Amino acid sequence: MLISTETIGKKGADAIVIGGGVMGCAAAYRLAKEGLSVLLLEKTEICADASGRNAGGVRQSARDVRELPLAMYGVQNIWPALGEELGVDVEYVREGNLRLGRTEAHLEKLKALAESSKKVGLDVRMVTGDEAREICPYMSDDVLGASWCPTDGYANPLHTTIGFYRKALAYGAVAVTGVTVLGLGKAKGRIRYVYTDNGVYEAGRVLVAAGYASRAIVNTVGIDVPVEREDEEVFVTEQLPPMFDQVLGTAEADFYGHQTKHGSFLLGGVSGLQHFTSNHDDHPTEAYTAPSLVRGIIRFFPSFANVKIIRCWSGQFDTCVDGVPVISNVEEAPGLTLAFAFTGHGFGISPAVSIAVKELMLDGASTSIDISGLRYDRFKAKQ
Amino acid sequence: MAVMVRVKNDAPFAAQPDDDMVVCRCEEVTKGEIRKALHDGVCTFGEVKRFLRCGMGLCQGQTCQRLVLGIISRELGLPVSGLGHITGRMPVRPVIMEELGKSTEESKEA
Repeated sequence: MLISTETIGKKGADAIVIGGGVMGCAAAYRLAKEGLSVLLLEKTEICADASGRNAGGVRQSARDVRELPLAMYGVQNIWPALGEELGVDVEYVREGNLRLGRTEAHLEKLKALAESSKKVGLDVRMVTGDEAREICPYMSDDVLGASWCPTDGYANPLHTTIGFYRKALAYGAVAVTGVTVLGLGKAKGRIRYVYTDNGVYEAGRVLVAAGYASRAIVNTVGIDVPVEREDEEVFVTEQLPPMFDQVLGTAEADFYGHQTKHGSFLLGGVSGLQHFTSNHDDHPTEAYTAPSLVRGIIRFFPSFANVKIIRCWSGQFDTCVDGVPVISNVEEAPGLTLAFAFTGHGFGISPAVSIAVKELMLDGASTSIDISGLRYDRFKAKQ
Repeated sequence: MAVMVRVKNDAPFAAQPDDDMVVCRCEEVTKGEIRKALHDGVCTFGEVKRFLRCGMGLCQGQTCQRLVLGIISRELGLPVSGLGHITGRMPVRPVIMEELGKSTEESKEA
């Protein structure tokens, strides 16, 4: 419930979480459940940016091996019962991911991706065009083959994020929205202060999970992460009768998407020109993107030509220079934990990230999941 | 967006006689569903939209936006002006993919 629109009397807590997206809400829930007093600070509203704009993929295939343990842990241990845990329908479906190829070069690329995932124990294999059409009969005869990961899937990112938020409140967390974090400060060498446009908040543990905005926040204590903004778009179709449950992608990333429980298809991607045509500050939809995605979709799924598009929107990635996030404590500022730079593939790993973050904040290291490749100080010159 | 401090709601949800009234016709969302979501923690138009789909349908909230804002305002005791609003999304009216995907060259030929 809402208790104030002015300010909060007590501005201290055991832990402060900066960012009301899926990462921040999930971490706030885990920490509050451990008995910590938790303050969640959010600039606009809950689930406002990337968490409310992505297409909801819960994918292990085609992930960098450094973040694959998070993806596999989530699929094996958290996603199947997450709806029950949160008391909302997160609409999780685990019916596989097909990544499609139309040329021999595409198949080579898919094979290489599959091989690297197989090495670390993921069940992903190549199938022929006919086998792919058996799994999902709507695709064009042009599809020569695909990679197939039967344990990939999707979920509803809006329900998941708001579900984590509600559960955090239920365990006693306090969320303050409409507050912009201006910077961090230390006391006696440890993180202590969170400066905002609504006064100073204090905690012995601070998590920064604010997407691209995290960079400027951690800069105030002398830490930098090479992350930049990148815009991507998603659109939603009219509701259709249930057609198939697989998540689709292509070797050339022409588009990605799936049918939702609602019946509509969520389909997303980029035009290829987004680095040069986008206004990053308010990232409106662009004229190039949806028509380009649609051409790609019709090439693979000719019967979609007559399906109606209802709405298009745009979201922003916090793209890391090496393509995987930073999930790490910071040695120069004890008590400070980072979880950002998810590069457009954070949602699917978010439940596992919240476990790792909780362990980092309580025990100093994550013991359940290997996140050793995701440290904040890993960035080095190429040679 | 106004500053909002949100905590757990210990009061039980109090049903109202017209809770089964449909507010968002496109996505068939009732007044009671909106009031329950507000009771359980969401506070803004955007959050109601993301959680319940009000305004995500064919009319994009042309019918329900003012009604939903009125319900939030009454439930939370806040002025409508601080509750956010809906963002118009292209193409506003449903368009078939073939039409939307026509390249400039194809349009010239047609």
